Amino acid sequence: MKVRIGIGIIVFFSVIAIIGPWLNDLMGIGPWKIDYDAIAEPPGAGHLLGTTSQGTDVLAQMIAGTRNSMVVGSVAGVIGVILSVVVGVTAGFFGGKVDAVLSFVTNMFLVLPVLPLTLIVAGYVQDTGPITIALIIGLFGWAAGARTLRAQTLSLRGRDFVMAMRMIGESKPRMIFVEVLPHLAGWISAMFLHLVLAAILAEAGLAFLGVSSADTISWGTVIDQARQVALLNGMWWWFVPPGLCIALLGTATGLVNFGIDEVMNPRLRTADIKAMRKALA
Amino acid sequence: MKQGRWRFLTKRVAFYLATSWSAITLNFLIPRLMPGDPSSVIVRQLQRQSGESVSPEAVAAIQKLFGDPRAGLLQQYWDYLVSIARLDFGLSVSRFPTPVGELLAEGLPWTLMLVGATTVVAFVLGTGLGIAAGWKPGGRLDGFLSPLSTFLTAVPYFWVALIALYVFGLVLGWFPLGGGYDPDLYGRPGFVGSVLEYMVMPATTIVFSAFGGWLLGMRNMMITTVSEDYVLLGKAKGLSAGRVMFRYAARNALLPSVTGFAMAIGGVLGGALLTEIVFSYPGIGYLLYDAVSKRDYPLMQGVFLLTTLTVLLANFVADSVYVMIDPRTREAGR
Repeated sequence: MKVRIGIGIIVFFSVIAIIGPWLNDLMGIGPWKIDYDAIAEPPGAGHLLGTTSQGTDVLAQMIAGTRNSMVVGSVAGVIGVILSVVVGVTAGFFGGKVDAVLSFVTNMFLVLPVLPLTLIVAGYVQDTGPITIALIIGLFGWAAGARTLRAQTLSLRGRDFVMAMRMIGESKPRMIFVEVLPHLAGWISAMFLHLVLAAILAEAGLAFLGVSSADTISWGTVIDQARQVALLNGMWWWFVPPGLCIALLGTATGLVNFGIDEVMNPRLRTADIKAMRKALA
Repeated sequence: MKQGRWRFLTKRVAFYLATSWSAITLNFLIPRLMPGDPSSVIVRQLQRQSGESVSPEAVAAIQKLFGDPRAGLLQQYWDYLVSIARLDFGLSVSRFPTPVGELLAEGLPWTLMLVGATTVVAFVLGTGLGIAAGWKPGGRLDGFLSPLSTFLTAVPYFWVALIALYVFGLVLGWFPLGGGYDPDLYGRPGFVGSVLEYMVMPATTIVFSAFGGWLLGMRNMMITTVSEDYVLLGKAKGLSAGRVMFRYAARNALLPSVTGFAMAIGGVLGGALLTEIVFSYPGIGYLLYDAVSKRDYPLMQGVFLLTTLTVLLANFVADSVYVMIDPRTREAGR
């Protein structure tokens, strides 16, 4: 049930991200369109989520922002997953010196604080569009995943079925891709979701600090703009939705991850525990 | 017995020294990876930003930190290391000619106080609730706390801060809207009180956003530990529930939380910096905001270096605690 709700929310935002521009056109609103008759208007019939202090529609901005936030999240997620699989699985599978070097690098990236690091790179890069931001975030966010995957690969490597394949003389790439990787699918998908959320949060943080290009709208930029004006004028309808969307999407990834955790670690299955307790009582 | 611990700690010291060195080197390399030479690019960017020409003193300050384009890269690196060793982080461009080190020294105590206090509170609160939730997984408490913490870990810190500022500062007027203390009370008897009063809102929002992560981690570990044989044995021996819960289960479930500190503290610090900005708290976060919005690169790099080194130090402290509470490190030294 939890997982279903989570997947539902993720699908919802993904669909909005894809059809966003058409949806906006369909409703006759646009993120840059200024309605001079409705400036800083609370939610109502004309503007479902109200308008900003410049007279743009908050709902339209949210819809447009969904796409960029999701793009940043998924691009950074893909990059982070690729890096952590490459580093983690290689380190765990080959062991020895390779492992020593890769583990050292992983641990290093693990303890370096991500926000200041991304910030300083983003500060120097001239172009701060969503893809660039996603690249930077993905580049620095892979360490935790790599560590988990390394540990998992290490334990998989010693299992009988991998040993057997090794004795048969299967090639290393085939062992990695056919024997090891499929067993890591659960971890990898959980990691991907985690990275997507982390990236969306990081992008919002960067936008909040003013690192974002002026012509893109994301959930983060909406919060950033709202902060400067909306707060003091009590325009809650402007700064509540973006944060709520991030939180909702984050909760959804958390719920799905709960499900994945329970599949991988049966002890965490609370439903089973409940049933067991009932049976015992 | 002692030897294993020392070997572990020496290894960690070596690791953190190496990591600090790479952070310092990254700090040196990142600006130099930009196309063109960094000092001229920064000067040009500043010019574009402010619309007026940059004073020769500022240019000299930038060149000191980002290297004279005429000097070789190795020479630049050496000069840079020497000035870092002297705690000389160059001069701030936006508040010329205040040294960056001076600005950082002003901000650091505020951030340390805020982040230190909130991290401890969030850790204790989250771990404590995690013990309770994981003790009876699927119970009423767990059914309430787990979804709540999942939600909380996903909420951006600064957004919670904005809402808190709006509700408690603006609408209800219970707390001041920003700053670190009441300027009228500076150096007077009520000063400490006003510092505490101004800290309530930022601290509460950080604890609020941070404790969920600890809770979830601890809960999951608890659930795994609770089904271990030794816990069952403890119960079978007729020990009190509290004793089994804390001395048998929680004690063993706690270890990964201490290791997880490494991953968490960086995130908490990042969130805290953004929270500081919302409340105009006079710490490092506020400096960072200034640095980014005014393109003050020397200040930005100073903040990066300082926060990174602080996080590394905090991690080292966590590692040392780990050595003390994990009996295995006494023998293995790994």
